[in-house]
Amino acid sequence: MLVWSRSGRLLIWLFFALIFGVLFLAPLAVILLSSLADQWNGVLPNGLTTEHYTDVARGAAWNSVKASFITGFLASALALVSGTWAALSLRLQGQSLKRLLGLLFFIPSAVPSVSVGLGLLVAFSHPPLLLNGTIAIVMIAHFVLISAFTFGNVSAGLARLSPDFEQVASSLGARPAYRLWHVTLPLLAPYLVAAFGLSFALSMGELGATVMVYPPGWVTLPVSIFSLTDRGDIFAGAALTMILVAATLILLLGLERITARATGS
Amino acid sequence: MSAAAFTGSGVTDIDAAKVRGAGSNVHFDKVVVAYGSHVVLHPLTLDIAPGEILAMIGPSGSGKTTALRAVAGFVRPASGRIRIGATDVTDLPPYERGLGMVVQNYALFPHMRVEDNVAFGLRAQGADKALIAERVKDALGTVGMSAYAGRYPRELSGGQQQRVAIARALAVRPRVLLLDEPLSALDAQIRRNMVEEIARLHRSLPGLTILYVTHDQTEALTLADKIAIMRDGRVCSHGPTTELYRRPPNRFTAEFLGRANLLPVTVAEPVGSNGFATARHGEAVLAGAARDERAGDKSLLCIRPQHLSLTADAEHTNRIVGTLREVHWQGELTHLVLDVDGTPMRVSATKLPVALPEPGASVPLYFSPADTSLLPEDAGV
Repeated sequence: MLVWSRSGRLLIWLFFALIFGVLFLAPLAVILLSSLADQWNGVLPNGLTTEHYTDVARGAAWNSVKASFITGFLASALALVSGTWAALSLRLQGQSLKRLLGLLFFIPSAVPSVSVGLGLLVAFSHPPLLLNGTIAIVMIAHFVLISAFTFGNVSAGLARLSPDFEQVASSLGARPAYRLWHVTLPLLAPYLVAAFGLSFALSMGELGATVMVYPPGWVTLPVSIFSLTDRGDIFAGAALTMILVAATLILLLGLERITARATGS
Repeated sequence: MSAAAFTGSGVTDIDAAKVRGAGSNVHFDKVVVAYGSHVVLHPLTLDIAPGEILAMIGPSGSGKTTALRAVAGFVRPASGRIRIGATDVTDLPPYERGLGMVVQNYALFPHMRVEDNVAFGLRAQGADKALIAERVKDALGTVGMSAYAGRYPRELSGGQQQRVAIARALAVRPRVLLLDEPLSALDAQIRRNMVEEIARLHRSLPGLTILYVTHDQTEALTLADKIAIMRDGRVCSHGPTTELYRRPPNRFTAEFLGRANLLPVTVAEPVGSNGFATARHGEAVLAGAARDERAGDKSLLCIRPQHLSLTADAEHTNRIVGTLREVHWQGELTHLVLDVDGTPMRVSATKLPVALPEPGASVPLYFSPADTSLLPEDAGV
């Protein structure tokens, strides 16, 4: 413990509560209150109602939830497979090639998501790569944006994995595929789950690229929220945001439990 | 099946017909390992006989682990060949070599129970379920871990994990067991017990060839039939354990393998019919076991601290006089440090005279010619 005195610790906790409350809790609380507000003309809502939730549920909200979940799940799964594959392959390469390819993987995360969307729109608007107006282009956009994080997470996990495990497995007669399936991947499981969870959360909140490429009938939650608030329907937008937050939280908590059970921690 | 069943001749279920059925001796034939232009293992030629425990010892960076990893297949020699039995394994992948390996941190698979860890190699090789169950039971029984089959590695102590790691390596019935600093992570007391357990284990599996890499000379002296001492990527001495300890061929070996007093002497008379040469240190005329030293050669007379006595008797016919500098009582032993004409001499004694001299006093030291060995003075390696 860095601070020993009781008053010092209290001060640090107060400072933490202030920062956490202002930066994290206050915006969420405002969104939560907005989603339940009957009318809001003063400091606090004039009354509370669940009407906005029933409205969005009656409207296209369910379709948006479905679109976001499917997009997030498929893009994250694809990013997990390719990121893991890339991390495993790059591990065997020389330092300079590893650094160069690792850097290339991270480039999309440094480009604004709107630019990624624009780039995909231009690239896939002509035959034979005509994906414009399809669900596939949304998946690709999400995959491009999240794969760097998956790669980063898995690479970090691999770097922490002692080579002894795989070498002992080999010496006992395990061929590479058996070793990968029964030793390497199970040992990487916490990192794989974390990578998937992060990718999924990023995908669920992705707006910039999606708004450039989404086809009619595949409106994700962030696009719906953006549309609603853009039209001035702040309360409905807030209700949809809370649905997005809750759905993402439930999934992430579920993944955490799976990891804890798998690793016995 | 008893523990002795591990000594069978087929010895491996590995899916490599090339390996199966061959002997279990290991032969390094001019093996060189280099990383780029940096040579970490200079041409190494060495034999490990079937059923033998060879301990490779040496300081960090001496190349001992590299040699073991070359046998395991994790390091590819730049030149030279490695044979296990009649099979040249130099170009075989690790999973086709028919080995068992135990490493310093055990590397037990944390997501598998003890029994699954032990069964791993057999499952990887596609053995049938009945055989796996039998072998797992045998291997765990051999290391006394049958009661822990259902536990996860994290639920075991360090010593127990080490036993499981050994059981896992034995379950595949390897022809050669590679032990890479297997006891380094254990505390001193458990390490001593484990050394004794490994010795017992090998007595029950006399056909198992073991390459044991360690930096701990006590482990090597206790376990090994032969020792290879490595230095700077080269073997600087190799031979039967007792021979190497009693008659070290060079200064590095004498000092690395146990503690040694090295007294500078000049050979007066070469080795006679009794096997001893006569050498002079100042006024003292000393007899010592010699090889082919000639009269006038500058040599070092190697005497182990426990072979020096403060009292004379019929065997301890050599006598030198030193000045007592330090006395360190350590319970079972008392260590004395004396100065003999500028050469520090250490004495480890279990029994001391009732009236121990004070530091600064002249003290005669006696030792038997049979407990000495003459080394060439200029041989650093």
